[in-house]
Amino acid sequence: MVKPADSDDLKYLGLSGSGTFSVEDIKAQALIIQIFSMYCPYCQKDAPNVNRLFDLIEKTSHLKGKIKMIGIGAGNSSFEVKTFKRKYQVEFPLIPDGDFKIHRLIGEVRTPYFIVLKMRGQKKPEIVFSKLGAHESIDAFLGEVIRLTDIR
Amino acid sequence: MKRWMPLVFFVLMTHLGQAWALSDAYKHNIYPVERQKPVDSVLKVKVGDQAPDFTLRAVSGKTVSLRHFIGKKNVVLSFVPAAWTPVCSDQWPGYNIVKDLFDENQAILIGITVDNIPTLYSWTRQMGDLWFEVLSDFWPHGAVASQYGILRSDGTAERAIIIIDRKGVIRYIDVHDINERPPLEIMIQQLEKIR
Repeated sequence: MVKPADSDDLKYLGLSGSGTFSVEDIKAQALIIQIFSMYCPYCQKDAPNVNRLFDLIEKTSHLKGKIKMIGIGAGNSSFEVKTFKRKYQVEFPLIPDGDFKIHRLIGEVRTPYFIVLKMRGQKKPEIVFSKLGAHESIDAFLGEVIRLTDIR
Repeated sequence: MKRWMPLVFFVLMTHLGQAWALSDAYKHNIYPVERQKPVDSVLKVKVGDQAPDFTLRAVSGKTVSLRHFIGKKNVVLSFVPAAWTPVCSDQWPGYNIVKDLFDENQAILIGITVDNIPTLYSWTRQMGDLWFEVLSDFWPHGAVASQYGILRSDGTAERAIIIIDRKGVIRYIDVHDINERPPLEIMIQQLEKIR
């Protein structure tokens, strides 16, 4: 994936410089990946909920820095991802996937789609959760993430 | 890529065959379409021409004529091939969140397909409340698309963006590969040129 140009996004992920990165490079114990599209009505509608999830994590001292989030804009250019970020005031990094390369690798899922990884340093992360569609309860989802990734 | 393999394997096992990045908003109601000939028509207009006028019925119930915008607004005509098909269903919802970019460029957007009004009504209802008019070029079938030279041999329209300035002159034409969505930034850059 292409590293975010925004310095706050880079800092949040524990990255530096430019070029590409892999999920293993992200400094976290758990990673929530949202596959979205600027063109997806459900992703638009769900954006405030996903933002609330991010806020909840960042405002909880024992979760901040341990659980991180990224969005991957399936088929979205850098401009389109920035448009979505600006429109919905998304504070976590959104990564463009203009040529659907990542989307194809993941299996051409519909959007929004959520994947939770239990991070294991430079080892391959373990997929502990995946779900198509918005979450009925953000609090319940966060509880599930904490349980599945053994965050204390 | 190797680093993604466990993830790939897992998701492939559960979601193989979901083509494109379709929104879950449409559930399983999008008709699967094979890859098509990128362009299947011959343009009858060019940049610099006066845009052919037309009058069509909108899903909103209004009747919309191109001439009403002359002297007032730049106009973006977004033709898409057909309702309930993959790429089309994930095109206008993106335009729906960038009204501000159209406003900044004194522009309005008009969506057009060759589908009839009831079909367009049900389809666009899945996209949320659209701020722009969606017109039906259903009868005489594809007459406006044909007037512009973007009616395909199967009776659908091309995926085309046509930008018309406030004088009614065509300033940009993109008869896009029907299988792909035109990037938003290209349209916005073209609008900025004529702002």
